[in-house]
Amino acid sequence: MKNTYKIDGLDCASCGADLERKLQKIKNINDVNVNYIMRKLTIDIDEDKIDAVLPNVKKVAKRFGVEIS
Amino acid sequence: MKSLDKGQKVIILRLVTSLLLLVLALLIGDKTTSFILFIGSYLVVGYDILLKSFRNILRGRIFDENFLMAIATIGAFFIKEYPEAVAVMLLYQAGEFFQDYATDKSRKSITDLMNIKPEYANIEKEDGSILTLKPEEVKVGDILLVKPGEKIALDGTVVEGVSALDMSSLTGESIPVDVCLRDEVLSGSINTFGLLKIKVGRIYEDSTVSKILDLVENSVSKKAKTERFISRFSSYYTPLVVISALLLALIPPLLFQGDWKDWIYRALVFLVISCPCALVLSVPLSFFSALGAASKNGILVKGGNFIEALAQTKTVIFDKTGTLTKGIFKVSALHPEKIKKRELLEIAAIAETYSDHPISLSLKNEYYKPVDTSRISHIQEIAGHGIKAKIDGKDVAVGNEKLMDMHSINWQACSHAGTIVHVSVDKEYMGHIVISDEIKKDSKEAIDQLKALNIHDLVMLTGDNQSSAKEVADKLGIEDYKYSLLPNDKAHYVEERLKHGPKEKVIFVGDGINDAPVLALSDVGVSMGLVGSHAAIEASDVVIMDDMPSKLATAIRLSKKTMAVAKQNVVFAIGIKFLALVAGALGFASLWMAVIADVGVSVLAVLNAMRLLSKKVK
Repeated sequence: MKNTYKIDGLDCASCGADLERKLQKIKNINDVNVNYIMRKLTIDIDEDKIDAVLPNVKKVAKRFGVEIS
Repeated sequence: MKSLDKGQKVIILRLVTSLLLLVLALLIGDKTTSFILFIGSYLVVGYDILLKSFRNILRGRIFDENFLMAIATIGAFFIKEYPEAVAVMLLYQAGEFFQDYATDKSRKSITDLMNIKPEYANIEKEDGSILTLKPEEVKVGDILLVKPGEKIALDGTVVEGVSALDMSSLTGESIPVDVCLRDEVLSGSINTFGLLKIKVGRIYEDSTVSKILDLVENSVSKKAKTERFISRFSSYYTPLVVISALLLALIPPLLFQGDWKDWIYRALVFLVISCPCALVLSVPLSFFSALGAASKNGILVKGGNFIEALAQTKTVIFDKTGTLTKGIFKVSALHPEKIKKRELLEIAAIAETYSDHPISLSLKNEYYKPVDTSRISHIQEIAGHGIKAKIDGKDVAVGNEKLMDMHSINWQACSHAGTIVHVSVDKEYMGHIVISDEIKKDSKEAIDQLKALNIHDLVMLTGDNQSSAKEVADKLGIEDYKYSLLPNDKAHYVEERLKHGPKEKVIFVGDGINDAPVLALSDVGVSMGLVGSHAAIEASDVVIMDDMPSKLATAIRLSKKTMAVAKQNVVFAIGIKFLALVAGALGFASLWMAVIADVGVSVLAVLNAMRLLSKKVK
């Protein structure tokens, strides 16, 4: 299932690309897309795994100073 | 400067203050005073970079551009290159400011597009009272009240009122479209003058406006290969350059008695150049701008990857009906044998009662009277052939020559171009009806423009017979056409054509009715959105919102331009960085040059990408 989140605090385009690569490494994530221009994060996670995976996503994002809402 | 927000104004103020302090520092002779001014100038413009990089180190991120700039400028202070330290920070911030501004602007172009989202819907209840609901809460069959100037929130049919609709946000076409009773209207259009009452035909989720919003939202998350390449490139580039910088600063002085200051300086040049932002921003920005520009022209493209594919168009396969022709069939001749014209039409109209095939609709329209459905039974629709049924107890077959052959009926060929519907009653041939379709005004233009783009492999597919296929193909200048195809045959044909080289993409253009599988199969499936079905918007990769096939050429031109811009940016940015690295390593490049190269490249690349956005492609 694809979910889209708003992201705040992303510094630069390359940080966005970097964040995307780091998120891709999280287990159980099928697909990730960080759109720096639209300030949007799209994650494809199996529905039953969302609750388990989302905290990990937030943790990684936090290292980039990024808030997900 | 009106369009700047508060944050942007503050940055401008900081840039100007810093610049003034820098000039002052350069003019003042006293060393201590000028040093203090340099520090002041540096902190005014760069304090947030220092803070951010400090924070990022705590978070364990070191190859962050804030950090690189902080190290480069602090390094410059240590080797007493004060003016350069300040200038690097100043120019870097100026570049950042500009990039933010550009990004905001292009984001706005897409969010403007999102403005078609209706915020509310006024529903008239049975007792005449009016209820304001969210579009999502409205049900099918509700009566929607739309005042002049308001957006239509859901798709439906006009039940009262006359008006003209501004559909420019959907189709890019600015001339209003007249609507009156019983006309279907699409959500997202704006009512320009009359009060309209509309019976809701689709819930919000299925309405046009919601489909379009979904499409636009998702399109920005599909990346082109070029974008992925850049993202991968940058993930190697920055660490590599930073490590080189470290080696450059340490090895020559330690092993070869190099001058510490000289080599550290060269390393700092590397750090300034190591930031990949010009690339990482400008390439996605090119695709992003292209998606925005396409939308402005009434073309919705579902992602950067399709921009890339469109630019490599080798073959365009058109479905004839509804794409190159209007798809509105009219009975153009009745050729009965043994019976009267009206009788021939009557049999055909009754036989086709329950079919919603365009041919059936045209027969029913021509017959005009309501059909007496009690006369027909045992209806059997044979795809690609026609209909068999019992009418007044007799075995009737209405369809093409294949249907006649199937029942060994001796049919007569017809010299007229068009779709021929043969009619037999109790195995006896009763004559045929000629139904023809009109070519869209814009179709010839579409073919000519594609040829001008050097796309000569053009094919037209149709389920119609050879003579009507040939007539349309000849008029439009399409040499290759395939006729008498069943829907399956079309899919097989396209599948066959898909065996091609990597940069020879096959585009299929259809109206979305019946050809959803072919749309999905081809490299790029293009559908004509608004006349086509809603399923088409989902099945296709590109949706042409108005009814003009020439928009395909527009889309291809825009895509080619986008790829050219993206390539220019890649080659230019990598090229300049490479030159600057070589010059830096050899000691020819100053920090001034490095930062100007870096920021300059970013600004130019972003401007280059933005060029696509402003374009009204013709």
